[in-house]
Amino acid sequence: MTDNQNQAQKFIDALPHARALGLKVISLGGGEAVLAMPYNEMLVGDPKTGVIHGGAVSTVIDTCCGAAVMSHDVSGGPSATLDLRIDYMRAAKPGQTITAHATCYHITRTVAFVRATATDDETGRPVATASGAFTVGTG
Amino acid sequence: MVRKAPEAVQVVKQRRDAALAALVQGVPYIRFLNITFDRRGDELTGVLNYQDQIIGNPILPAIHGGVTAAFLEVTAIITLSWSQMWPEIESGAIDVADLTAGRLPKLPKTIDITVDYLRSGLPRDAYARAVVNRAGRRYASVRVEAWQDNRSRLFAQATGHFLMPQKGQSPGE
Repeated sequence: MTDNQNQAQKFIDALPHARALGLKVISLGGGEAVLAMPYNEMLVGDPKTGVIHGGAVSTVIDTCCGAAVMSHDVSGGPSATLDLRIDYMRAAKPGQTITAHATCYHITRTVAFVRATATDDETGRPVATASGAFTVGTG
Repeated sequence: MVRKAPEAVQVVKQRRDAALAALVQGVPYIRFLNITFDRRGDELTGVLNYQDQIIGNPILPAIHGGVTAAFLEVTAIITLSWSQMWPEIESGAIDVADLTAGRLPKLPKTIDITVDYLRSGLPRDAYARAVVNRAGRRYASVRVEAWQDNRSRLFAQATGHFLMPQKGQSPGE
């Protein structure tokens, strides 16, 4: 793990709910973030199949988007979600880690625009995609 | 004309509350977030019972935006499913004993959800109520509002589209 990644993981671990989900930083910087959420039976939405609830997928995506905004050079502090739209393409495979990848593709002094994708092991076929607007921290 | 006597109040309540409890407690993630439902007749209010682990920003502190989104989504799905089940629970077409034994109907699947964040979620209980805009045979549109201290001061709202469960087959397959 690089120093940068270590620091990013420390930041994520300071967020109680991110810690409750066991979120791991894969990479962070320059307005891009990749976070992983390991499979956990507590997060199941459909007990018959063991598929993770959409709400847990929303949470890893939201955290990832916020982290992407904060990692942008223009941003000076914590970011809050203004709106977030999530499209669910398919059920995530039970037992597999969900990885979210967020890109802050445009940022002004006040608003950041972010797109994100979530996948399981089959990376070519997204589980969910999202787009949202976030506030820009002024430090 | 012979009219059937109305059911005793405890019989009605017991049936409805048992059906609702089975529906809600069947989902591990709803238990993880400690979301419960208050019922008045067929009207449901979701309650996000506060716990420290739902905090996203520890400095403010504020409820995690993802938890808010999940709370709205859970309230929408349960309200939608409940509104579909209600006539069948009342008519006896759904046997509540089946539900409590874990034989639950399939839940609607989320197609998409758009969440507006209006205020930060304070570290205390939150409430949500959903309105089914339209429920067709295959698709449904649901609006859901969440508040904390004042019903008229929402901290978040959402609109979502859902795929309705099809009888005898898995939806989307």
